[in-house]
Amino acid sequence: MLKHHPTLRYILTRSLWYFLTFLMAVTLNFFLPRLGASNPVDILMTKVGAGLDTKAAQEKEEAYLKEFGLVEVDGNGTLLRTSDGRPVRTPIWKQFCNYIAMCLKGDFGTSFLNYPKKVSDIIKTALPWTFALQFPTIILGWLVGNVLGALAAYKRGIFDKVLFPFSLLLSAVPFFAFGMLLVYQFAIRWEIFPAMGGYAGGLIPGFNLAFFSSAVYHYALPFFSIFIVQAGSQAIGMRSMCIYELGTDYVKYAKGLGIRENKILYYLFRNAMLPQLTGLALSLGAMIGGALITEMIFSYPGLGMAILTAIQGNDYPLIQGCTLLITVCVLLANFTVDILIGFLDPRVRAGQRGK
Amino acid sequence: MKIFLNLLKTPSFLFGAGCFLLTLCLAFIFPFVYPIDTVTRVGLPYMPPSASHWLGTDHMGVDMVSLIVTGLRSSLYVGFLAGIIATGIGTLMGIYAGFKGGWQDNIITMVTNLFIVIPSFIVLILISSSLKEGRSLALIAGIIGCTTWTWSARSVRAQASSLIARDHIALARVNGTGTFGILLFHILPYLMSYVFMVFILQIASGILSEAAISMIGLGPYDSVSLGTLLNESMKNEALGDGAWWAFVPAAGLITIVVFAFYVINTSMEGVFNPRLRK
Repeated sequence: MLKHHPTLRYILTRSLWYFLTFLMAVTLNFFLPRLGASNPVDILMTKVGAGLDTKAAQEKEEAYLKEFGLVEVDGNGTLLRTSDGRPVRTPIWKQFCNYIAMCLKGDFGTSFLNYPKKVSDIIKTALPWTFALQFPTIILGWLVGNVLGALAAYKRGIFDKVLFPFSLLLSAVPFFAFGMLLVYQFAIRWEIFPAMGGYAGGLIPGFNLAFFSSAVYHYALPFFSIFIVQAGSQAIGMRSMCIYELGTDYVKYAKGLGIRENKILYYLFRNAMLPQLTGLALSLGAMIGGALITEMIFSYPGLGMAILTAIQGNDYPLIQGCTLLITVCVLLANFTVDILIGFLDPRVRAGQRGK
Repeated sequence: MKIFLNLLKTPSFLFGAGCFLLTLCLAFIFPFVYPIDTVTRVGLPYMPPSASHWLGTDHMGVDMVSLIVTGLRSSLYVGFLAGIIATGIGTLMGIYAGFKGGWQDNIITMVTNLFIVIPSFIVLILISSSLKEGRSLALIAGIIGCTTWTWSARSVRAQASSLIARDHIALARVNGTGTFGILLFHILPYLMSYVFMVFILQIASGILSEAAISMIGLGPYDSVSLGTLLNESMKNEALGDGAWWAFVPAAGLITIVVFAFYVINTSMEGVFNPRLRK
């Protein structure tokens, strides 16, 4: 049946492929933090165990062990013990299975740092901020960068001579360093924009004008620090892509026919855009990494800030929850772009049918 | 050789190489004229630049110029080591996959595609946060190299697979040259310029990755790098205190080094790919 539905087959194979990648990501996410062989319960116990007597400390430790799924539990929730009374440790493969089952349910466990708080709750409050900051910024930076790059390739001359080195310089600036410079200049020296936070201190997030305007005001600096670097690095890719396209026969032919410049530019843009779209998907991971650090610079209340505090406090469940979520978002974005390209690019379409 | 001469005639290449040489001088020759001391407290915290301490002091009162020079050395070291690892693994994988084709190619392509989609920065965070002790510069470079080789593998593979139809490779095969002989002596030389460009980009991205991972506090424990300097200045309120000398030079140096590599890369692209010239 799939033979006659190339599009469906394309979507299915891509889905399968991304599912495989997802499994790989979950596996990495589970095993990498356990490389250091540091036991989260030990870390937690050094923090809360001080001042407790042996028995209370042991009870506490067993409660934690149970909570983090490190020991075997029978049907009633009581600990299984060996003959000398020690709790039975769960083998690592079983922990891994539990972890996957929990992740699929959207449960990332309990945070160490804010102990009884669930990781998923922390992420839930942080995620909208990250999404609101990064999604429009990356897309806008990408679009503006592409338009500038195409223009630079087409016009050449002085426009290109200025824009190209400038973009190259911008793409060499680390996101966060640029953010620091912006904070220093605009928030500390000129005091035009706030230096940190997502909204003014006294406000409570909600749907009202005061909060909204404060959020927009705080949005400006982090937005520009990502947007400008992003636009610069995209412009470079688009420029070389367009120069390549300019040398192709169809452009020469179109010029020979005397087709209007705007029309040629449109064709050029459309054809050079597709590789750029793939590029966007592929570099999304790197961008989000950079943008996460920007959040840290601005103490923006998103995932980046959550990761930073988690790292400083050895809060492994929170680190893992955030990293997994980011990975899943990147995978989803890649998947969407892949499917879009399948529909947009005539060459990919032909490839599906051609087999 | 002719290509090399062409490169030397390209102004942008000279500019990039010049920038790079300047930073090299700053890292390795400058210490002969300026006493480097990253331990002694020579003054108050965040002292502004003065005649005796050109870039003032950091939050501990340590001379900033010494820290910057040491940091630059570490960053270059990490960049080069990560670049060598990433380009080495990537090139080997790439030419092998591109030359062999078949199931070997499928597997390597699959692995590369798999790891390209998973954000390497995230993997970097996961590994670094679990390795608390002994997070040395070399280890960080190793981790960066091992998470970014996929990019080199992918681009080298595409180039290598376009070469396999060449006659001299068929001849070598008839002569009984083994796979690795062909890879090393008959394919790699043709890709050398390309691999070198990939190498340069990998160094640049290695320096940026190190700065990023150090910035969030997962950098080397035992040494100063440009990233850890930024992290320290951020942690110790350099921004609020208006101590620009604590972060502007470090941020500027990262940018200059990476920019130099980018310029070298694009100028080489222009020489190797005549289409870009005009």
